[in-house]
Amino acid sequence: MATISPLPVRPGRSVELGLLALALALGVAAYALVGLNVTGALPANIFGYGAGMVLLGVGLHVILRLRAPYADQVILPVAIALNGIGLAMIYRIDLSHAEPTSFATRQLGWTAIGVVLAAVVLVVLRDHRTLRRYTYTAMVAGLALVLLPLVPGLGTTINGARIWVHVGSQSLQPAEFAKIAFAVFFAGYLVTNRDTLALAGPKVLGLQLPRIRDLGPIIVVWAFSLAVLVLERDLGTSLLFFGLFVAMLYLATERLSWIVLGMVMFAVGAVLAADFFRHVGDRFEAWLNAFDNDVFNQSPGGSGQLVRGLFGMASGGLFGTGWGEGRPGLVPYAESDFIFASLGEELGLTGILAILVCFLVLAQRGLRTAIGVRDGFGKLLAGGLAFVVAFQCFVVVGGVTRLIPLTGLTLPFMAYGGSSLLANWVVVALLLRISDSARRPAPPLSEFVEPPTTTADLQETEMLRGLKQARE
Amino acid sequence: MNTPLRRISIVVVTMFIALMGAATWTQYVRAPALNDDPRNVRTLYREFDNSRGPIVIGGEPVAASTPSGDAFGYQRSYTNGPLFAHVTGFYSVVYSRTGIEREENDFLTGTADSLFLSRIQDLFTGRQPQGSSVELTIDPAVQQAAWDALGDQRGAVVALDPTTGAILALVSKPSFDPNALAGHSTPAVNEAYRALEADPASPLINRVTRETYPPGSTFKLVTAAAALEAGLTPDTQVAAPQTLPLPGSSSSIPNFGGEACGPGATVSLAEALRISCNTAFAQLGIDVGADALQAQAEAFGFGAELDIPLPVVASEYPLPPDDALTAISAIGQWDVRATPLQMALVSAAIANGGTTMTPYLVQTVRNPDLEVVQEATPTKLGTAVSASTAAALRDMMVDVVDNGTGSAAQISGVRVAGKTGTAQTTDDAAPHAWFTAFAPADAPRVAVAVIVENGGSQGSEATGGRVAAPIAKAVIEAVLAQ
Repeated sequence: MATISPLPVRPGRSVELGLLALALALGVAAYALVGLNVTGALPANIFGYGAGMVLLGVGLHVILRLRAPYADQVILPVAIALNGIGLAMIYRIDLSHAEPTSFATRQLGWTAIGVVLAAVVLVVLRDHRTLRRYTYTAMVAGLALVLLPLVPGLGTTINGARIWVHVGSQSLQPAEFAKIAFAVFFAGYLVTNRDTLALAGPKVLGLQLPRIRDLGPIIVVWAFSLAVLVLERDLGTSLLFFGLFVAMLYLATERLSWIVLGMVMFAVGAVLAADFFRHVGDRFEAWLNAFDNDVFNQSPGGSGQLVRGLFGMASGGLFGTGWGEGRPGLVPYAESDFIFASLGEELGLTGILAILVCFLVLAQRGLRTAIGVRDGFGKLLAGGLAFVVAFQCFVVVGGVTRLIPLTGLTLPFMAYGGSSLLANWVVVALLLRISDSARRPAPPLSEFVEPPTTTADLQETEMLRGLKQARE
Repeated sequence: MNTPLRRISIVVVTMFIALMGAATWTQYVRAPALNDDPRNVRTLYREFDNSRGPIVIGGEPVAASTPSGDAFGYQRSYTNGPLFAHVTGFYSVVYSRTGIEREENDFLTGTADSLFLSRIQDLFTGRQPQGSSVELTIDPAVQQAAWDALGDQRGAVVALDPTTGAILALVSKPSFDPNALAGHSTPAVNEAYRALEADPASPLINRVTRETYPPGSTFKLVTAAAALEAGLTPDTQVAAPQTLPLPGSSSSIPNFGGEACGPGATVSLAEALRISCNTAFAQLGIDVGADALQAQAEAFGFGAELDIPLPVVASEYPLPPDDALTAISAIGQWDVRATPLQMALVSAAIANGGTTMTPYLVQTVRNPDLEVVQEATPTKLGTAVSASTAAALRDMMVDVVDNGTGSAAQISGVRVAGKTGTAQTTDDAAPHAWFTAFAPADAPRVAVAVIVENGGSQGSEATGGRVAAPIAKAVIEAVLAQ
């Protein structure tokens, strides 16, 4: 039996601090450049803004040092960088309006709340496995959140989609939080039932199908939330939940048949939806024939916004117009749904490729965390959350670049919107928490190396063997 | 669960590669096409950021760009806007461009190929790129005279130098103020444009180049030219009955006012033109034949589209299917249609000894350093008639003004050659009043065509001689006063 001597693990907090400085510099410099290029002077609140961002970033860094010293050192700087670039762009769009709006100030407020919320999650949640106890609570919470906009008096319809609830003067999109709740529920449920899901059940056409009673609850939850979202006309979130569901099912069962089954279900669903719902059909039409004059001019439901976004990106070219030098304000919702097109115009292909790489790094760090963590629940949760971030990027950016039909989701950390920002900071906090336990060195095992001889010792050896296997 | 996690991370990488591909497709591969899309207003915005060159008339800029301090960078403004509107056109954020603003856009923005060197210079000297100035052939005094003489009537006036083809005046009424369309406020521009578009008098249409009318009796110049080229002389006696029965039909052509053209059954060709005898020219048309008439019309420029550089619609002389319609076509009715510019070219060809010069509006293009980039050189468009025919027509036209229907165009001390026209349109509308002329007859300096729609202020009482000839006279006087 080989001696197990774990490699010394360095927490990496000082690496994080260096990257954080870079990320903060990126965001604050972008903000300053926007002011300089658009108005010819530094933004009036540049110092307050800079200090605020530094305080938030360094604050969270300190919390990590205290509460999760082994957490992944790249996740936080990437999130801060994306958040900062997004803020600068939102500020830039503010200035492009004839009557300057104050989306950036509000977004800064949401950033503060989001970072504080992440800190709270890190402080309160000492071990991510605690969440497994709340599997069904998460299910109920997720369903409640999805249903919330349908409550009369609370929900509001904006641009045909009933996905907002009003809390005081603020409006929130509860579905953003529901995606976390569902990730927790799926992880908890699947980790308990993964064996029966994967192995028991009939085999049809070479596909191992699960038994209805094993799959039942999860299908019900998913179908129900999908039905509600269709009712609320929230195509993006439906697609997101679907992706999350399929990915996590595949993770838990390790069966490719789930992907095949999922794709077939999705294709059937998409075709039916395009036939039955005008707004879905319109989206397809706007995607396929975006440059038709009739489709371009159709309002609502035409491709005008999409094509204007493409025009903006095209005018950016390889290197962009530079901060504040383009005209992203010509695209409707340039600060929220179409912030990626705005970034493409001013930062160019080079800039948005860098941003995509940042998102990719964030998602891959999350997946790496899932591989590193030892418990199945943590693996599923981290994998699910990391995938959902990547998938959300894919749906948003794919929609804006006309790779797939436009569905209307927010680009994580960048698009204007409180709910999205808060939810994504919670996702980051959860990934950080799980990565801390993934990278935390195992307790020293050297004292157990001598082969035991007694019966009691033998039993202990079995235990240790199990422990070791789990760690591998 | 590590194997599916690894696979999922490959899926994630694949998704991002797809996104990067889509972004590259949009921002690199497709970018030129997207930037050229007419619906992409950014291209226009970029143009507005450059200092656009002025349009110069008579040494003064009539269209100029000044820094505006707003998002567009520069504001285009038009001095004496309505007077030159149909020449300059307008330059709008919302409705793109028209007129010279459109046709000479490459020079005005400074993106023309011939300006390549000065662009390179700008690049190295760091100077803000500037457009070239475009100087037009329009003479402001002549333009103003035409504008004033036409007054509030709907119609058009065009004057050109018959020896070069340079256009001296181009007036189309009603006109509009291009300043109202060059604003930077989209709602205001939209409102102004919609109002102009909804106006039944169509102020946006350039009647000189884009509208065709039945030329009426002014077309008799073409018929007379065909007859002379066929061997007749001004003294040849032609049949001139009180009414001419149309062959193969029960109707007939009367003379104006139902009168006879002369004491006898025939008049000379010159006499027929002097009093604008319908029956004589209708018969002449049948005698000369539709093919010869069409060939003569095309020799004068019918059927050809011109770029001056404003696009000019082709005037039409469709081949009549029978003698009856040949007779009616010969006096400029049925489906014969001509732009005012075309009728001016008929006079200009006669004035210039039978040679038509290509009409043009742009005299000089200068780059920001005032170096001449492009200079107009008069070119021959074609030969309409022989020199002897031209001389005969000239003398006959002088007689029209001196002793005939065009007496209102007489100028003391100047021999003016002209031809009137009163063109029927529909039964319930008053006829169009035409006049085309050139002067001085022996050394022509200007050829002009005037149309007053539906008789203008005189309505159904109008004739070309009464309504249109005084306008032509005013234009000729303005040219000769120079």
